[in-house]
Amino acid sequence: MPDSTRVVITGMGVLAPNAHGLADYETALREGRSGIRYYENLKDLKFGCQVGGIPQGVDELKKTYFSDDLLMAMNSSMTYAGIAALDCWRDAGLPEPGSDNIDWDTGAIIGTGIGGADTMCEVVSPQIMTGNARRLGSSMVEQTMASSVSALVGGLLGLGGQVTTNSSACTTGTEALINAYFHIKEGRSARMLAGGVEGSSHFIWGCFDAMRVLGRAFNDRPESASRPMSASTGGFIPGSGAGILMLESLESARARGAKIYAEVRGGHVNSGGQRGKGSMTSPNPVGVQRCILEALKNAGVQPGEVEVINGHLTGTMADPMEFENWRVALGRTPEDFPQINATKSMIGHALGAAGGLECVAAVLELSHGFVHGSVNCEDLHPALVPYEKRIVRQTIDRETRILAKASFGFGDVNACVFFEKWPN
Amino acid sequence: MQKEEAMKKVLEIIGPFAKNQEALKAASPATRILEDLGVNSARLVDIILAFEDEFSIAVDDEAADKIRTLGDAVDMIVQKTAG
Repeated sequence: MPDSTRVVITGMGVLAPNAHGLADYETALREGRSGIRYYENLKDLKFGCQVGGIPQGVDELKKTYFSDDLLMAMNSSMTYAGIAALDCWRDAGLPEPGSDNIDWDTGAIIGTGIGGADTMCEVVSPQIMTGNARRLGSSMVEQTMASSVSALVGGLLGLGGQVTTNSSACTTGTEALINAYFHIKEGRSARMLAGGVEGSSHFIWGCFDAMRVLGRAFNDRPESASRPMSASTGGFIPGSGAGILMLESLESARARGAKIYAEVRGGHVNSGGQRGKGSMTSPNPVGVQRCILEALKNAGVQPGEVEVINGHLTGTMADPMEFENWRVALGRTPEDFPQINATKSMIGHALGAAGGLECVAAVLELSHGFVHGSVNCEDLHPALVPYEKRIVRQTIDRETRILAKASFGFGDVNACVFFEKWPN
Repeated sequence: MQKEEAMKKVLEIIGPFAKNQEALKAASPATRILEDLGVNSARLVDIILAFEDEFSIAVDDEAADKIRTLGDAVDMIVQKTAG
């Protein structure tokens, strides 16, 4: 395959509830450091779930990234996107963006699940409903339009390629990466920033709380609250942050001597049609298995080559279904199942940012030779006991060649991608 | 309100929006808000709202549209706070 149609990862940026930056994130993942905290305001608002994952120290951090005029027009999702994108850009070794430079060879697909709900609910709604629309000022559209996160990144970096936002609920971040992969493979850009972002807002989390899908039993033990694969999980724990990766044609990466973390071998995005066992809120297993099989075909990867899975694994009743879908699609038994872990056990479920944050974790694992442990699953769900030896609960050193990442979301949508270690 | 005091407060309000900090440091009544200070034109709306809050005045669209320079802003504020 020519270098122009092979796609590699040459940079990454991450702002997670448990870490900022790649080195800190790797340490956090290796140590099993949780970013889940108790938030008094959630109790005051009478939420069932009073814990969540919010990147720490951002109020100070953002002043080191952005000018005053930018900060006046940035809500939490835009702030997270901007920090992770600038980190990714610098990690990729690209020149600092100037005020007059446009990089015509780079675009961005930066997704979000919900977007500027904090701005809409805290600022726009009160002013509109009291007849004060005039008092809203100039920056409400840019903070509430669906593409606010990608538009911000495009302006920060002076991007001249396609700059857009995708949204597919909890599949968003992984879908963005796969879309960017095809974009580069087709020769439409040399580089694409790709990933997912989600802001921190009780207005976002409250809607999930109302569905009774958030864990409520660990408000007094926040670091134990996010429990993928556990028998005692009562739902997922909401998170937030941003994970952004620089995808680049191998031709471009080689031409500029860029460091390479991993190759994106291929992937697939589909939907289960909300038929069969699928619905707005549940995955159709036929669709999930088909997504995995099509991704394998696209990547040219044999089912037996898959060594590690960074799961979607949220801490809901869908966890055992996810195992079953992988087992059927890969034709494995529980005994020879790939090793599997759940990054959400430390950062919660960051919704539209989940795929981005978890793809960064997966590529760090692949390139730096480890598989991080999943915390809070000492008591495995009964359906997962047969897989016990394949579930990574303590971080291990491991040179993996092929790692799978999948994400699934409301709307019965699926995304699956395969990464291959780059032989440095 | 005296012009000097109004100018000081106008600069405090416009300062964070100014992309050209050099021009801000050398600001005079003739300094143009958009062209010289590099303020994004969309942000004029926010600057007018900040004037209203700071000086307890009402600035209608017609008055706002006439403001081009720092001096225009100062004159408008002095006039509206005079009586």
